[in-house]
Amino acid sequence: MTQDNHGKKYKFGMVIDLDKCTGCGSCMVACMSENNVPFKEDETNKKDSITWMRVFKLTNGKPFPETDICYMPRPCMHCGGKGDHGHSPCVSVCPATATDYGHDTGIVSQIYTRCFGCRYCMGACPYHARYFNWWDPKWPDGMEEYLSPNVSPRMRGVVEKCSFCYHRYQAARDKAYHEERRDEIEESEYQTACTQACPAGAITFGDLNNPDHEVCKFVNPDPHQCGKPRNPKAFRLLERLQTNPKVYYISEREWVRKAGDNYRDGEWGKEIHSSDGNSHK
Amino acid sequence: MSELEKKTESGSVDAAKDGASSEQKAEGDSGVGMGILFFIAAFAVCFLSGWLLFPSLLYSKKEQPFNFNHALHVAETGGCESCHSFREDGTFAGVPKNSSCIECHESQLGETEDEAIFMTEYVEKGKEVPWLIYSKQPDCVFFSHAAHVTGAKMDCVTCHGNIGESTTMKPYQENRITGYSRDIWGENIWGVKKNPWDRMKMDDCAKCHQEETGSKGACFQCHK
Repeated sequence: MTQDNHGKKYKFGMVIDLDKCTGCGSCMVACMSENNVPFKEDETNKKDSITWMRVFKLTNGKPFPETDICYMPRPCMHCGGKGDHGHSPCVSVCPATATDYGHDTGIVSQIYTRCFGCRYCMGACPYHARYFNWWDPKWPDGMEEYLSPNVSPRMRGVVEKCSFCYHRYQAARDKAYHEERRDEIEESEYQTACTQACPAGAITFGDLNNPDHEVCKFVNPDPHQCGKPRNPKAFRLLERLQTNPKVYYISEREWVRKAGDNYRDGEWGKEIHSSDGNSHK
Repeated sequence: MSELEKKTESGSVDAAKDGASSEQKAEGDSGVGMGILFFIAAFAVCFLSGWLLFPSLLYSKKEQPFNFNHALHVAETGGCESCHSFREDGTFAGVPKNSSCIECHESQLGETEDEAIFMTEYVEKGKEVPWLIYSKQPDCVFFSHAAHVTGAKMDCVTCHGNIGESTTMKPYQENRITGYSRDIWGENIWGVKKNPWDRMKMDDCAKCHQEETGSKGACFQCHK
């Protein structure tokens, strides 16, 4: 536990209300400009474009009268790994310790200068949240002056991903230190760029360990089940992989919640039943 | 007996042979000696040129726009914080902008040539002084002055040395390969460190953190 610097333990997480999301893409734009995410003139090939935050479109696959769609923003899930001990899929495969689990924040870090681009983590990540820099970033003329000084741009040959705007956490801590609050950070002082950019207010961000924070109130995470949501309308992506993501989704629609994992015919009801059974143990 | 005689005979023969070979050796020795001498001389030349020339090959020297007398200003203003201050949001302002300097230097205060340069070249033309920053860290490094100065109550000298007592600015030395300031690696080309402010490498941060907090810290604490 020597890694838990200064004792204080946060567990930052995000709740995305899929019924509020309109799929406008503001979160993606805000993320790219906040984090100096490189882009190319031609971004039509989605296999090599970098989007830390990406909005996916889901449909219920039904014909016209019942047809329904849902937009699903997908940042890095900042998995706690099996048992929520910090063995995230990507962290456990990285041979360079370039990606690491922050035990004091719950944030999965990516250190670009340490990464040598083997891309094991990309293979390990079940959420496709990691991206490889096939080229050095090329900014349009003059744009280099407008890059955020708080996020270092990446070079060719390294992997990058969402950091929950970690630099904003660093800035919030700076302010807290300056005001001699040590590292007591208010909920409003550390918010990600996508959260603030969402015009529908679909994204909420905060400390899952703090019952006063909105995220905690929304999903009511169960600390005895690695943060599994106790709110029946909330779910996490690929819950059964036991990656224990810190990004939660909320939807009133059953088909959307069902789309959160690959359920076979007849498994959906049982899944709910068995998880109820687990909670009684 | 005969065996003994034979032995002594063969012994004497051996001795004669030895004498011949030692003469040959003496000739060989002078060759080896020259070789060793040449090796030592060449080693000394290479070693000294590496020792003396390599740093000047590796680092380019740049002069500051004009000389700044830290000792004089510290005596006038009372401390580092009066110019190197925190912004309201807790970030560190670093080297002050002209607007802070003008608070005192509305017009020329002294008679030094350096101040004259400052007034005519920068204040009157409304240009910021392009200071070369000795302790500038690479782009991927995040350093919180607030955590160290306000949080841990450290003084500036611990990391920056006695800059406040200097009367002249040393030339800024830039690593030609990495583009970083020489103060990051340290003045000593072999990386020998005597004072805590001699170097500003990651290992130096980690060493102090290990001693003070019991942990080197996680990567994301200081990298961005």
